[in-house]
Amino acid sequence: MRLLAVGLNHRCADVSLRERLAFDGPKLQEGLKALRALPEVQEVAVLSTCNRVEIYAAAREPQQAAQAIKGFLSSFHQVPPEDIKDPLYVHTDQEAVRHVFRVASSLDSMVVGEPQILGQLKEAFQLALQERTSGVLLNRLLKKAISVAKRVRTETRIAENAVSISFAAVELAQKIFTDLGDKAVMLLGAGEMAELAARHFISAGVRHMVVANRTYERGLQLAQEFRAQAVRFEEFLQAMLQVDIVLCSTGAPQYVLSKAELHEVMLRRKQRPMFIIDISVPRNIDPACQRLDNVYLYDVDDLQGVVDANLGQRKKEAQRAEEIVAQEVEVFERWRDSLQATPTIVALRRMAEEVKERELRKLLNRVQLDEAQKEAVSYMATAIVNKLLHPPTVALKNSHEDRQELIALLRKLYSLQAEQ
Amino acid sequence: MGALSFQLALGLYLVAAALAMAQLLRASRLLQGLSLLGAGLGFCLHLLYILYRYFGAGHVPIASPHEATSFFAWCIFLIFFALQYRYRLGLLGAFVIPLGAALMVVAALMPQELRPLSPVLRSHWLGVHTVLAFLANASFALATGVGLMYLVQEHYVKSKHLGELFQRLPSLQRLDELNYRLITVGFPLFSLAIITGALWAQNAWGSYWSWDPREVWSLVTWLIFATVLHARLLRGWRGRRAALLTILGFVTILVAFFGIKLLRKGQHVFL
Repeated sequence: MRLLAVGLNHRCADVSLRERLAFDGPKLQEGLKALRALPEVQEVAVLSTCNRVEIYAAAREPQQAAQAIKGFLSSFHQVPPEDIKDPLYVHTDQEAVRHVFRVASSLDSMVVGEPQILGQLKEAFQLALQERTSGVLLNRLLKKAISVAKRVRTETRIAENAVSISFAAVELAQKIFTDLGDKAVMLLGAGEMAELAARHFISAGVRHMVVANRTYERGLQLAQEFRAQAVRFEEFLQAMLQVDIVLCSTGAPQYVLSKAELHEVMLRRKQRPMFIIDISVPRNIDPACQRLDNVYLYDVDDLQGVVDANLGQRKKEAQRAEEIVAQEVEVFERWRDSLQATPTIVALRRMAEEVKERELRKLLNRVQLDEAQKEAVSYMATAIVNKLLHPPTVALKNSHEDRQELIALLRKLYSLQAEQ
Repeated sequence: MGALSFQLALGLYLVAAALAMAQLLRASRLLQGLSLLGAGLGFCLHLLYILYRYFGAGHVPIASPHEATSFFAWCIFLIFFALQYRYRLGLLGAFVIPLGAALMVVAALMPQELRPLSPVLRSHWLGVHTVLAFLANASFALATGVGLMYLVQEHYVKSKHLGELFQRLPSLQRLDELNYRLITVGFPLFSLAIITGALWAQNAWGSYWSWDPREVWSLVTWLIFATVLHARLLRGWRGRRAALLTILGFVTILVAFFGIKLLRKGQHVFL
């Protein structure tokens, strides 16, 4: 049996095509069953996310199976075949294994190293198990893909460092303050970006929030949404005494906070550190504030710089991840090779032969026999071994449908090791 | 045997220092583990050496420059391991182990023979005063190491170049708190060392305070750390300023320790 991966991702298909091919909701189960019902396909699993639609399958004839799957996609989603002919990629055998491992490890993602894909792959695997559409080969492949992804995660720094501005701000805050749980955040102005960043801070553990907005009513509304306290805009300097992180995006055309004002605030709060994120364009906080002790001021460009550096770092780590994937592909391919019938039969016979020899030796040590008797006993032992091994040998040689299952089962039952 | 354990400890510390500094260039659990292991083994052998000298001389072995320097290094490692056990600051070793190892190198360059103690110094005050003083000095040394880490980390945050080291260094708040905590441990110990020193001086020479250079420098050190604490509590001098003052304070300790010894004047002849 051979492996194949058929699919498309964010690089080769735009969002409108991906949407049309997505298996969402009940379509997923339905599609999975229909795919399994294709005569060319023996095992199948479907991974459908907003960035990719992929079908992993085991089949005897990968080319035919790929054609069948393409035909199915076009009829199931009612997309003309010529629309998907170019964007769809087909990987077989070793390339399919590598592809699945790379997808799981988030090396094929739009944002390399993003963590969601692994969860999505786990779900796809779960569903295939639940619907019994996968078998020995795919189960092993997907299980291995998940462990490869974990290995990549722990052995490289691919998933470290924020790659969005909001996350970068949260990460920075965590390097300034140890624990965000007892820190307070102020939303100065209610720009969309600041609001988004505020949500990230809340999920990072911030519990206290203050909103100061030019129009007090809008501030109140936002405060309710965040379970925060609203203060009048004119009083924000006073409120700054109590907060540690300021998210500023007021849309004002000039600075709303000068260095002298902030200096005064810092003195009154006994220099407790302040992390100020100025997301406004044009900037609302005098950049000179950065020179004050214990003030850490970042604007949009600074944060973007951090994100860019992190992305560069991820690319470097991705190279190390590719090496891990290459190693694991090799290991997996060795396992797949071991699923050939002949080596299994050889290993089985060798094991039986060893048992026979051992038992004969034990017997002859205990009992005194003459040469003729020895020969008779030995002959009988050989006959028993041959008779017992004959049916499985024939079954292995003749099976086509489920040969790999049988081989895997046999190897497991007798703990036969793969040939080196 | 004593000399051998000293040499071995020195060797292990040097290896540990090299490994710890290599951590600055490359993140590696193996490097960290090996460096802690080396320093830990060195620390045990070092303790063996100190005990050996203690039983050989019959008094706390802090009575010659060599012994004092070596004991200073040992106290630094003692507090380093206590901190490491409590806080697990991965990169602290890179800032502290080299300092301890450097002191050991200095100790190795000094004459190592056991010297008879002059009768006037033969007293329990010797142990109490010197151990307090060195534990205080070692706390300040660690506070300096943490302060240096703070300055490095703050530089990254302020300059907005968030490299790999930035990711591995602890947060500014944690480093600042640790600096403060170490000084609140070191300062009372240091004060007690000065008080016991004065009592001992009264006992031995009949005067509490005689303005010998060492006493003056200790007073300077004491004033600096008193300022660090005072300014933090009253004026909120934390972070960078606290770190810089701590480093300054530690420099005065080193000057008092090595500078005055070179002049060989005053009552603290043995140090």
